[in-house]
Amino acid sequence: MTETVFDLAAAPLRDLNGRLHALPEQTNETSWVLRNPQGRHAVAVGVDRPISVRIEGHVGYYCAGFNSRARIEITGNAGVGLAENMMSGEVRVQGDASQAAGATGRGGLLVIGGNAGARCGISMKGIDIVVRGSVGHMSAFMGQEGNLVVLGDAGDNLGDSLYEARLFVRGAVKSLGADCEEKPMGEAERAILAGLLDRAGFAAEAKPEEFRFYGSARKLYHFHVDYADSY
Amino acid sequence: MEETPKSPPRWSASFDPHTIAYIQRAASTGIYDIRGFGAKRKLPHFDDLLFLGASISRYPLEGYRERCATDVVLGTRFAKKPVVLKTPVTIAGMSFGALSGPAKEALGRGATIAGTSTTTGDGGMTPEEREHSATLVYQYLPSRYGMDLDSLRKADAIEVVVGQGAKPGGGGMLLGQKITERVAGMRNLPPGIDQRSACRHPDWTGPDDLEIKLEELREITDWEKPIYVKVGASRPYFDTALAVKAGADVVVIDGMQGGTAATQEVFIEHVGIPTLAAIRPAVKALQDLGLHRKVQLVISGGIRSGADMAKALALGADAVAIGTAALIALGDQDPALEAEYRKLGTTAGAYDDWQDGRDPAGITTQDPELAARLDPVKAGRRLANYLAVMTMEAQAVARACGKSHLLNLEPEDLVALTMEASAMAGVPLAGTDWIPGAGRL
Amino acid sequence: MCGIVGLFLKSPGLQAELGRLSADMLGIMSDRGPDSAGFAVYGTAAGDTTKLTLRIPEDVDASAMAAALGVTAVRRGDHAVVTVPRDAEGALRQALATRYPAVNIVSAGARIELYKGVGLPDAVSSRYGLPGMAGTHAIGHTRMATESAVTTHGAHPFSTGPDQCLVHNGSLSNHNALRRNLRREGLEFETENDSEVAAGYLTWRMRQGASLGEALEAAVGDLDGFYTFVVGTERGFGVLRDPIACKPAVMAETEDYVAFGSEYRALVPLPGIEQARLFEPAPGQVYFWEHAA
Repeated sequence: MTETVFDLAAAPLRDLNGRLHALPEQTNETSWVLRNPQGRHAVAVGVDRPISVRIEGHVGYYCAGFNSRARIEITGNAGVGLAENMMSGEVRVQGDASQAAGATGRGGLLVIGGNAGARCGISMKGIDIVVRGSVGHMSAFMGQEGNLVVLGDAGDNLGDSLYEARLFVRGAVKSLGADCEEKPMGEAERAILAGLLDRAGFAAEAKPEEFRFYGSARKLYHFHVDYADSY
Repeated sequence: MEETPKSPPRWSASFDPHTIAYIQRAASTGIYDIRGFGAKRKLPHFDDLLFLGASISRYPLEGYRERCATDVVLGTRFAKKPVVLKTPVTIAGMSFGALSGPAKEALGRGATIAGTSTTTGDGGMTPEEREHSATLVYQYLPSRYGMDLDSLRKADAIEVVVGQGAKPGGGGMLLGQKITERVAGMRNLPPGIDQRSACRHPDWTGPDDLEIKLEELREITDWEKPIYVKVGASRPYFDTALAVKAGADVVVIDGMQGGTAATQEVFIEHVGIPTLAAIRPAVKALQDLGLHRKVQLVISGGIRSGADMAKALALGADAVAIGTAALIALGDQDPALEAEYRKLGTTAGAYDDWQDGRDPAGITTQDPELAARLDPVKAGRRLANYLAVMTMEAQAVARACGKSHLLNLEPEDLVALTMEASAMAGVPLAGTDWIPGAGRL
Repeated sequence: MCGIVGLFLKSPGLQAELGRLSADMLGIMSDRGPDSAGFAVYGTAAGDTTKLTLRIPEDVDASAMAAALGVTAVRRGDHAVVTVPRDAEGALRQALATRYPAVNIVSAGARIELYKGVGLPDAVSSRYGLPGMAGTHAIGHTRMATESAVTTHGAHPFSTGPDQCLVHNGSLSNHNALRRNLRREGLEFETENDSEVAAGYLTWRMRQGASLGEALEAAVGDLDGFYTFVVGTERGFGVLRDPIACKPAVMAETEDYVAFGSEYRALVPLPGIEQARLFEPAPGQVYFWEHAA
């Protein structure tokens, strides 16, 4: 296995993403290190190869957007829309993620080592998100599928207009959004949660029984005038 | 005693029968009316403009012999692979979900025969649609239903939808009847529920963040594909300028007559501005930036004919897009289905319950039996015929104005019949040199 | 629609570097606002004096004007700073209004100097010599004009009160009605810009006795739409995001400074940024830092 080093201070972003996209399916360049991201946007987007990418520093908007199969790790913080619309693979940020982390994600695992900002997991569509710290307001807004696990607290309006995404929060929930309610955690949910804590690497510090489980009350699934103020 | 003569019943202009029915309906159901089709109210439109054909001061081109070219290239600003169209009329975004599979296929077939593009919608790209569309524009919408990396790379262009003419600033709701297993699966939704769609993109707002979003999409697609930005017409000067500043290759402006599969009637009839009023401000924004004809402008919303198309081009558009008209070409509103329209409480030509999935023409439905009624090959042919007629009509008008290319039409080739149209289109009232409100946006 | 940068120095060590750091930060935010840029720098106060930053049209000879008014003007591009005893400010304003009506008073205060102009941020910084300026805090802005014109008038920061300035990223939705109300309250507005209304609103609240913090608290209730504000006062530096908080904001704090950037990229030039505490200001929450008087 060779390690490919790319210095974003020395070569343009377009070259990096172009090279990552052009890798042959059976590439032996399976391990990449990106230096000096300095908050740049769209770093390692649209990667669709089973490679690992380690980004040393802070990234800007949309890092690892549409990620497929790759394992991407960021040692610093991430800006808006980290791993937005991720398809599969794994994205990890050691620090904080800004708003809309994992937005509209279809699959894969997003692990946030610090806190996530507002709208974490907005319109999530199958992605699994594990946040070691807390999440901001309107997280999992319109969450459709997938799981959001928060070891810390959740801000206002958690799970507003929720569909079938599952939300697990260990700390305090400031408020629940429209049509989101606490539900008893069954064996199936417990197993999902335990699996995600394990895959995220947090099994030693958080136990499934410490979490509460939230899901859709499904009152907005068919319009009724008495719920009109929830729309 | 002599009987006092009675006045005949008099309808109120304010409380006309439609308004009374609206109030009665609201009171009984407690839900606003959601329907399809576009604005039905009378609006200043292209009908209120006329072309000045050539005579002595200008020389016309000979029909059928002297060439009037129709080709147009979209996305010449940044994209490595711009979209090349044989005719400047494209098919607007309509989702699989709103439309049946055969209808989407027919749109692809018709557009492909005509040498133009078709567009996905809110719900993703189906394999049938990709297969039958030589040039396919992939929409990137707030809800991102069915958005995936493969489709992004398979697309010929990407259209970032900020809004649509039927509902600028509004989200959507697709009623449960149309969320079948397949539609639900593509959108990651539970089948049969009322789907709510967001009005803002989840991960950006405003032009400064849009610029970063467009950069991301370009990076993902290696700067190959043109990126369109579509907005509903409301403040077209500013929205066009900002889409361009954010890096769009193509700006799409959808006027308030633009159709929809399912939107609150209050949006359809009361939000946005007419297509006619949206073109000149958008063109002025491009001209002010020195980018007219370099960043292309696509106009949609109530385009019906070659005359409409030629007028939009004359006012400065590079192409037009059709939606409702294309569905009618496929077979929507067919008088042969009158008996069935009657059963639905409507009549051929007025059918607008596109939201509820019982379309007898098999177009705005997910019911397999109804959908099977539409033969995608025949319907595609009908659309191709219609597109050919539109193109020939536009050429006929352009030749009469002495133009060897449709894009050489100019606002000065037009006059207006009404003051409203004159002011909105910025062309003089016929027989005068007067443009009310000239110089204002 | 824009990029914002702000730097508030807690300790005097970096004061000589304030302008250079701010200029670097501003330049990085060019993508967010290529149309115009501006900045306010809070330098040292000179006794009981007021500084007026003036924007002087091309056809006015600045030196002749200064001589005629009996003041010294320090010129920077098309701007000039005039320092006068505080009790002479009124007379100077009067003289300017009557004899040089085309000259614009961009800011006034004990410590504020404010420069703005059309063009790319780096060009604006160097036009006015920002890299060489020193001071305790600075606020800068790069503008992508939305609905009002690309002019110097439309550039940020907006200053509507002594030593006050405001920059804005976002889009207010009730600024027209608010402007009408504030005009009735006696405030003057030069543009149709929503951000100027926000600045005027805070000035109006402070005139009524509110502290900057209180004025910002009240803004959450009275301003509708999307906004991130960074504001400066003679000794203070405040930040406010609207409750929905769609527009980006990143802050960094060390023992030496508090810094604001619309994006992290803008903070990269700061010394010790790798060790700084990075955080995003919470929605609807007022942040305020102030030097002791």
